[in-house]
Amino acid sequence: MIGDKPKGLRTHLPILYPGVMLVAFFVIPFGIMVTVSFFHRVPGAFYTTDFDLNNYRNLFTALFGRVLVFSIFISALCAVICVALGFPFTYFITRMRRKAQVVWLVILVSVLSLSAVIVAFAWSLLLSQTAGISNLFVWLGLMEQPVSWSPGFWAVTCGMCYIAFPYTVLVLYPPLSRLDPYLPEAAQTLGASPVKTFFSVVVGSLRSPIVATLIMVFVFTLGTYLIPQILGRPQHWTLSVLITDEAIYRSNLPFAAAMAVFFMLVSLALVGLTMVVGKGKGPEQR
Amino acid sequence: MNRALRRLFLAFILIFLMSPIVVVGGVSLNEKKSLFFPPQGLSLAWYVELFTESAWMIPVENSLIIATLSSLVAISIALPLAYFLWRYRILYARVLFMLGISPFILPPVITALGFLAFWATVGLYGQMVATIISHAIFFVTLPLVTISLGFESIEREIIEAAQTMGADSKVVFRTVIFPMVRSYMVSGFAFCFVLSLNEYIVAYMVSGFTVETLPIKIFNALRYGYTPVMACVSVAFVLLAALIFGLIGRFGDLPRLMGALAPESRK
Repeated sequence: MIGDKPKGLRTHLPILYPGVMLVAFFVIPFGIMVTVSFFHRVPGAFYTTDFDLNNYRNLFTALFGRVLVFSIFISALCAVICVALGFPFTYFITRMRRKAQVVWLVILVSVLSLSAVIVAFAWSLLLSQTAGISNLFVWLGLMEQPVSWSPGFWAVTCGMCYIAFPYTVLVLYPPLSRLDPYLPEAAQTLGASPVKTFFSVVVGSLRSPIVATLIMVFVFTLGTYLIPQILGRPQHWTLSVLITDEAIYRSNLPFAAAMAVFFMLVSLALVGLTMVVGKGKGPEQR
Repeated sequence: MNRALRRLFLAFILIFLMSPIVVVGGVSLNEKKSLFFPPQGLSLAWYVELFTESAWMIPVENSLIIATLSSLVAISIALPLAYFLWRYRILYARVLFMLGISPFILPPVITALGFLAFWATVGLYGQMVATIISHAIFFVTLPLVTISLGFESIEREIIEAAQTMGADSKVVFRTVIFPMVRSYMVSGFAFCFVLSLNEYIVAYMVSGFTVETLPIKIFNALRYGYTPVMACVSVAFVLLAALIFGLIGRFGDLPRLMGALAPESRK
């Protein structure tokens, strides 16, 4: 009974409810958003029905361009940091005993599920003058007096990496745990040093998952909204912050929708790219 | 790689992951309304305030109601869809599955804005129902993936055996299939529940001004003056997440679930 074709209309019944729910509450909202992006904004009121390309024309402004470049820059930076740290880390935990793996996974999932509000709050404390790590450095004699590092560029970077790191590890976990354990062993038997084995065999055979992870983490960090808002100054705002600001505080829903549509196309293109990259599989999976 | 170096690296990651939590935990114990670390004077008064002051109790209640109901709705969508997809190979069910997964891949602001436009049009903007349904759709990916995994773990022979013994498909579902996917439903529910509790942007866009959830409350508190209660909420959330995922890790198959949740293995 598994894998056959449904016979008769009645067998289709179970899918009716999920289908209706997903179309009504996901496809239609998307449709409305795309439609609104063509509407004309009325200051003071909501918007009027229209077909207006102005919202899209307004995307080519200096502010939007600057925010876009900054978002791409900081997300790319975080993606590189997270994969550079996350790849060896994931490799180590996949070589651990199962029990130790579960403990690490529980920690990672717990951190990943933490609200960005809480993460931003925790980092603002950690980088603050009264409760921050600079106090620890003063105590160790490394610094003269405690300072505040938040808000600032590095505070945003830290916060984003903190959120993206567990995500990176969870994306890298399946390909790394599927890696044949005899492969590194064989390399070492043939005389390669552990470091050389890691870089040439482990990294080398997982090149395409690494690239795919870089893109996934990049899209993920592009989506973070609260971290730049709380840990950064207005010049550290990303596209996500700009969209929310436009929609809620300036109540310019049409323009926010146009930005979101643009943002969605960029993200979809990138996700599509990961699928293309993922098709070129490493030798261990052949 | 060198053993000592590996230990050092792992310790560094652990410190990186834990230090914000340690600082928040310390700050929550301050005696006065200040955020010092190490705390000045030890007191649990702020935890008492979290569960007695209505300013915090209402968001606690809102968050718990929304998380529970939205997870139930998400399961109700995911179970039949995962079942159908496992039983019949048919194109439009795959399309629906992709739809169910996309809120998780796209940047959350986009989905949130779609919900905002939708609820404003329908006229339910600012209602709790809007938040509940939005969260259910936003997080449906998690039960969808875990429950699908549960169906895949069922061996054909067992079902064939049940059919040979004369069970029709309803009986097979009730007595064989359902009990086997139940634990996967529980983990799907747990993931959904924890993430809904912690979610900010969708809840904020859909009804942030009227239905205050805990993350929204913390965010507002960040703007209008810090209080150690925020640290208490954070500690409670960390403990709750650790407890729930610890239970899944203890009784479930966390490495397998993680293998499936990552996009790499989405076929």
